[in-house]
Amino acid sequence: MSFERIREKLNILADAAKYDVSCSSSGSTRTNKNKGLGDTGTGICHTYTEDGRCVSLLKILMTNYCIFDCAYCVTRKSNDIKRAAFKIQEVVDLTINFYRRNYIEGLFLSSGIFKSADYTMERLIAVAKKLRLEENFNGYIHLKSIPGASDELMREAGLYADRLSVNIEIPTISGLKLLAPDKKHEDFVKPMLKVKNEIIQYKAEKKIIKSTPIYAPAGQSTQMIVGATGESDKDIMYTANHFYKNYNMKRVYYSGYVPVIEDSRLPALGSQVPMLRENRLYQTDWLLRFYGFSVNEILNDVNPNLDIDVDPKLGWALRNMNEFPIDVNTASPKMLARIPGLGMYSVSKIVKARKFRRLNWYHLKKIGVALNRAQYFMICDANEWHHKDLQPAQIKGLILQNSKGKFRSSYSAQLSLFN
Amino acid sequence: MNEAKNLIYDGSFNGFLTAVFVAFEEKIEVSNIQNESIAQQGLFSDSEKIYTDDDKAKRVWNGIQKKSKQASSSLYFAFLSETDGIELLAYYYIQKLFSYKQKVHLNYADDIVLKINQIAKSVGREKHRMEAFVRFQLTKDSIYFANIEPDFNVLPLISKHFKDRYADQQWIIYDLKRKYGLFYNLESVEIIALDLDIAHTNSIYKSSAFTTEEHDFQQLWNDYFKSTNIKSRINLKLHTQHVPKRYWKYLSEKKAM
Ligand code: SF4
Repeated sequence: MSFERIREKLNILADAAKYDVSCSSSGSTRTNKNKGLGDTGTGICHTYTEDGRCVSLLKILMTNYCIFDCAYCVTRKSNDIKRAAFKIQEVVDLTINFYRRNYIEGLFLSSGIFKSADYTMERLIAVAKKLRLEENFNGYIHLKSIPGASDELMREAGLYADRLSVNIEIPTISGLKLLAPDKKHEDFVKPMLKVKNEIIQYKAEKKIIKSTPIYAPAGQSTQMIVGATGESDKDIMYTANHFYKNYNMKRVYYSGYVPVIEDSRLPALGSQVPMLRENRLYQTDWLLRFYGFSVNEILNDVNPNLDIDVDPKLGWALRNMNEFPIDVNTASPKMLARIPGLGMYSVSKIVKARKFRRLNWYHLKKIGVALNRAQYFMICDANEWHHKDLQPAQIKGLILQNSKGKFRSSYSAQLSLFN
Repeated sequence: MNEAKNLIYDGSFNGFLTAVFVAFEEKIEVSNIQNESIAQQGLFSDSEKIYTDDDKAKRVWNGIQKKSKQASSSLYFAFLSETDGIELLAYYYIQKLFSYKQKVHLNYADDIVLKINQIAKSVGREKHRMEAFVRFQLTKDSIYFANIEPDFNVLPLISKHFKDRYADQQWIIYDLKRKYGLFYNLESVEIIALDLDIAHTNSIYKSSAFTTEEHDFQQLWNDYFKSTNIKSRINLKLHTQHVPKRYWKYLSEKKAM
């Protein structure tokens, strides 16, 4: 292959792909078959971008030619940029050669829509198929499901890919109409639904027939852009919740909108990327998936947006002081998890330790539970609730006063927690 | 009564375990266990040379594993740290494991247990970093070659990962500090020693040992790394936290090309 030509393509097609924030390479358990190349595991970050994001996959577009004109996208038809397209073999060669040098865990291949959804999807599948069948490549492959692609193609895609994703990007249907007039909501949903059903079916069959091939073992994910259409946090999280519940999404990613183009429908070029808001959304996502909160407890018509100055769990607690204090010696793990400042790790430590003795403040400190926030919301052995006379606003003030540094550091958007 | 003794072993893990075996069997009061390459003749204590015996080592090792798999792996990781005095600490740890019925390896309030676990954790961290940061370069004789200079002796720990993953290519990972390497010959992993006149870590100099294609791929990777940046999100503090500067020398994406 001609090196200079490839170099130019790679620069164009990697640059256009970087706004997709997902870089997960975990969740699959492909092993090395027949002395081939590669395996998958818990996911390794081989390096980090200068903005601190994990690099574990070669993330590129097949092409940045696109017949659509989505306002928020650099690749949109009307944008005056250099265009390029990889050949199938070129992507295969790059992936294999990067992989052999231990640069990456695998490939994340997306694309502008060239000719038609099916034509584009076919080319993505062709790359994955070649990697699996001709190169005996067992590393990680994440393919973008192209909105509108046929069921048949989606079925095939899952046979070679570890993960499939459709980025819905815009959380509201009205926003979608405004910013991506060529795309229909149904076009996004159709491939997701197909993949969801195939995953269920393949899993069921595998239980009966062991030789059933694996189908998209790392599941599906999607991404929403935050801050492009004036949507509320409630809009975003209700949509996320819908996808978790109804499409068995493994992950929903939130990507603070990076202005890439001047357009009256969008925030101006040079507007700040809403990184703290993005971080709050990830925290909320975490509460929904692991802490047993339901979305309407945190966001509702009265509170359609998350607090920026406190994390969503603390925000919820301050609005629901009637739920507190929680007695650490008797409360269920589910309730313990609702105490601000207590992570699941602390909850499990408390549950283990209280089997041996009733816990007091000293014991909690000794087993390493951070109390600076939690103390306002709990009682323990022989202790009165120190803080029963404090109003929520006072508690908030005290907490913020004592944890300034911490809050500042949370500006660094992607917490390592979420990777 | 026995005089306190300084046991001198050959530096291998089996050698160390043999020393432990001998100490237990002969009820020696151990004043130190030292690698022969750095051992100082103790002025005040007797020295005894230990001859590595794989069977004896195996018996101690099985005993430890029977106590707890987790403890045995912490012990091995900690041993590979090669920190000053690790042998004696490891010896006390083994003594403790054998003298208690309870799961003493979980008692983090115990100083020795805590220390072993902390050291094992640092070694584990470096193991992961090496799995991530090794960069192979393709030599003209079709071997994927990498140099490393880890703080700890992690080669034995990363061998399996690379063998499982790169089963269809020959590779060498060479530890410049400890002057030995692993060579995977498409069948198994051998331990090798090389005469390297220069280090082949991340240099701008294009060594003739490598294919031209190799330099092209490094260039492509370097370009790729640059284009993944989103300027409006830059956060160099977070970046160096994840990729500490001392590892930059391995990383071709960090090379000014
Ligand atoms: S279809 Fe995809 S690539 Fe094309 S403009 Fe819309 S978002 Fe961008």
